Amino acid sequence: MTMTDDPATHMGSHRLRREDPALLTGEAQFIDDMSLHGEIWVGIVRSTEAHATILGVDGSAALEIDGVTEVLSGADLAPLWGEGALPCAWPVTDDMRNPAHLPVATSIAKYVGDAVAVVLADSRYAAADGAAAVSVDYDPLPAVVDIEAAVAEGAPLVHEDLGTNESYTWPLIPDPDAVDEAFANAAVVVGERYVQQRLIPAPMEPRGVIAAPGVANGELTLYSATQIPHILKVMTAVTLGIPEHKIRVVAPSVGGGFGCKLNVYAEEILCCALAMDRGVPVRWTESRSEAATATIQGRGQVQHIELAADANGKVQAVRVKLLADMGAYLQLVTPGVPLLGGFLYHGCYDIAHYSFECTSVFTNKTPTDAYRGAGRPEATYAIERAMDSLAVAVGVTPEEIRSRNFIAADAFPYESCAGLIFDSGDYQAVLDKAVEMADLQSVRAEQARRRADGSNRQIGVGFSSYVEMCGLAPSRVLASLNYGAGGWEAATVRVLPTAKVQVITGSTPHGQGHETSWSMIVADKLGIDPDDIEVLHSDTAISPTGLDTYGSRSLSVGGTAVFMATDKVLDKARLIAAHQLEANEDDLEYVDGAFQVKGTPTAAVPFAAIAFAAFTAHDLPDGMEPNLEAHVTYDPPNFTFPNGTHIAVVEVDTDTGNVDIVDYVAVDDCGNQVNPMIVEGQVHGGVLQGAAQALYEDAVYNEDGQIVTVNLGDYLVPSAAEAPIYRVASHVTPSPTNPMGVKGIGEAGTIAATPAVINAVVDALRPTGVTDVTMPASPQTVWRAINEAQGGAS
Amino acid sequence: MIPASFDYEVAESAEHAVSLLAEHGDEAKLLAGGHSLIPMMRFRLATPTVLVDVGRLDDLRYINSDNGTVSIGALTRHSELEHSALLAESAPLLASVAALVGDPSVRHRGTLGGTLAHADPASDLPAAVLALGGTIVARGPGGDREIAATDFFAGYFESALADDEMIVEVRVAASAGGWNYQKFNRRAQDWAIVGVAVAEEGAGVSLVNMGSTPVRASAVEAAVAAGASAADAAAVAAEGLQPPSDLNADADYRRHLARVFTERALKAAGVA
Repeated sequence: MTMTDDPATHMGSHRLRREDPALLTGEAQFIDDMSLHGEIWVGIVRSTEAHATILGVDGSAALEIDGVTEVLSGADLAPLWGEGALPCAWPVTDDMRNPAHLPVATSIAKYVGDAVAVVLADSRYAAADGAAAVSVDYDPLPAVVDIEAAVAEGAPLVHEDLGTNESYTWPLIPDPDAVDEAFANAAVVVGERYVQQRLIPAPMEPRGVIAAPGVANGELTLYSATQIPHILKVMTAVTLGIPEHKIRVVAPSVGGGFGCKLNVYAEEILCCALAMDRGVPVRWTESRSEAATATIQGRGQVQHIELAADANGKVQAVRVKLLADMGAYLQLVTPGVPLLGGFLYHGCYDIAHYSFECTSVFTNKTPTDAYRGAGRPEATYAIERAMDSLAVAVGVTPEEIRSRNFIAADAFPYESCAGLIFDSGDYQAVLDKAVEMADLQSVRAEQARRRADGSNRQIGVGFSSYVEMCGLAPSRVLASLNYGAGGWEAATVRVLPTAKVQVITGSTPHGQGHETSWSMIVADKLGIDPDDIEVLHSDTAISPTGLDTYGSRSLSVGGTAVFMATDKVLDKARLIAAHQLEANEDDLEYVDGAFQVKGTPTAAVPFAAIAFAAFTAHDLPDGMEPNLEAHVTYDPPNFTFPNGTHIAVVEVDTDTGNVDIVDYVAVDDCGNQVNPMIVEGQVHGGVLQGAAQALYEDAVYNEDGQIVTVNLGDYLVPSAAEAPIYRVASHVTPSPTNPMGVKGIGEAGTIAATPAVINAVVDALRPTGVTDVTMPASPQTVWRAINEAQGGAS
Repeated sequence: MIPASFDYEVAESAEHAVSLLAEHGDEAKLLAGGHSLIPMMRFRLATPTVLVDVGRLDDLRYINSDNGTVSIGALTRHSELEHSALLAESAPLLASVAALVGDPSVRHRGTLGGTLAHADPASDLPAAVLALGGTIVARGPGGDREIAATDFFAGYFESALADDEMIVEVRVAASAGGWNYQKFNRRAQDWAIVGVAVAEEGAGVSLVNMGSTPVRASAVEAAVAAGASAADAAAVAAEGLQPPSDLNADADYRRHLARVFTERALKAAGVA
């Protein structure tokens, strides 16, 4: 298989995305574009208190509004779901505390944004007016906001009945004595504390739900802006007791997710329950302000990391203690997010001994859950920031400290101290390429000049070398982590009578371009035009089997299933061709879309002829079933391990604290690339999202648990104007884990960028005495850090 | 994000708009570009019961220059200011500031009259008109009156306009002296955290988002007039001001920024 810009093949080419014309012209149908006859709208009354007893819900004023038909409290709704609480699929420990989480609270509101009552109306406007007019009588309770305060003695409790704010403690310490010994004998020890602020995912399309009942047969169709129609189908069946075969879930065009649509939400269960009860379609569309509290948030951790190194800076052991903010409840995979990083706190370094322990804590805030990278950006941030501190302590450059510790290129497959088998890589080659692209010598010369001049525009260089575990996930590994499902993916390749092809994938694209990429994979294998291949997905009636899209898994797991199903189609096609040619199948080769007797192009059967023969079944080998179609469910034998080195160059205005990213170099190894244009797009968007955590975004709560960043004026999602000029390159070491040698690129940029940018800011500020900057490094924060380091007034 | 219900009227002329305002009183709001009003309505920070749409009054879209006075129709879009050759020649500060307002879609809808009437202390163009010593022409039931920009901004989102008046024209003296505008913000489309407009080599200096209105930095102007250096004049930029505190900047940091950017703006405008 070739993976180059060879025009004869599609894989490896910058093919334009077939998804884009419909998206760019507004033809694509999102949830809010849909309309069903007889639909009613739901408006949700959300708690304005972080923690309060609900004394009463008064809907009388709402009911006077034209179009409002009902006001329902949590108690009114409780019979619709009985004991059925929202699901958490990842009970990471046997003793994990998981409080019952009802779609609408009945007695106590636990965070600002917690649903406390529901308005039904005949329009979205009336539903909004009605929700605003409902009066809820609260008796405030003390709110738990800060996670370190939450675990302090005598802290108020989020869930009184649990007797503690701790959900679980999860250790990964293969050899505790060896870790202690390494620290006891270390020449250099670095200890750091980092805060991962909470982030609001903010995809372009907020969430939306329409639940449509089929009254006659007890059916339910759930349309949702979700990443996970398949998982949602199972969970809806289990939660509401609806037979699974009666449920169909459809994700129409979905405008991004970044993990926040990898969930089973209150509004989905609420609309389904009401639709089944009332026998009419029930719908809800999230507003942007609502999304700030009603949709999960990302990150929210306090990290303590220590490195034990010898005098040369070679690290012997890493020890991490993590406090992770769960928010008020455990959503679908909330407790598992810190674990996804828990294996990677040694980064891409050959470190012998490992100690990781996570304590997860309830707070009176919106639940956290997976957000682009999910655990891995946090881990990468900690190790990459700490490695820079170690470099300073040892007196070497950031690139030198990394080189001294990298897992060697000849060490793969490499068994990590955390127990993973890393597939492939050449971390030093990747770093060397990034250093060359960044023209580090010139940048450092300019930096030295400005330092000497005492310039108010200081330059900083920040490195981030990362490795992530992707291709989630081998089902047996998920079992060992107590995850409630497998990690396989399914695909069907169906050849139609006219030699057009349908690919049915269990992956669920919501911006990734699977239709384009999957058609390129199949086109090359079958020797046909990608435009003759349709890729179907995201509707459980069309694609009944799948585990959806998250964790950079789609290509390496879902794409591999497509690849393997195409092989199976070719295997059958070969038998048909051999029959028609009256040749031995082993004597055939597939060249340019036709089977021919090896070296004899004159005796060939084109793919189209085989497709038609399979359809007519007039002359198939004895015992062969008609039609040409294959289904594969692929369970990956291992994770994949994309990696890379990013270098950010920033300029800090020391008068104002403003940070500009003046250069950004990304060298990534995501294995072989199907469509390098899509890879670059993922890196561009990912880097900006990671830089956003470093410089812009912060879900700010005050001490009462009130969130103050509820719109995109206050919550600073950067725009294209703030994006750096990216310089992107790749270094390919194919993954041996799957036949295409692919690894995944969906999260890499986000994982790498945050520490690269902050390391650069700290490097720029070194002459001022600043050694750490909290995120986001806003101008005010940086300016204060400079003042404080210089002993001046803050 | 869903506005309260309202009635909608289309004005056929400025006089018609004024008569609709007189009819509906303080329940009515003029709708021009809508890029400030509509978001406020969606957040329900504004709940007018009647919108009077003046967006089609194309006779109020013009930029003229006569005898050293530049006259600009109230419905002139920011993008028209930004790209006006006449303005680049005779009031380049206005053109330059207009280019920094919001994003392209805001600049293609937003109007000069609208942004002045909105009287947002964080907006760019009001401060520029203030620094230029401009005059605002308001039309009411009794005809037109002229209001000096220094008298126009009455408070937080409050202007000297009566409920039944609308801005029809803005006048500034043609200005060729050194000018500059410094806008400090986090994202290109955001309001200024602090902005500084300098006209006529420091004869006119105004500050954005440093109080409840766009403010004239009189102490800086006086210092420049007395021959102070840019650094010395900038040192008094925040004197007597009570800037707001928000997520981007508390009051102390804003005062600091005002000094930093006043010095930069003065220097760029030619003050040594």
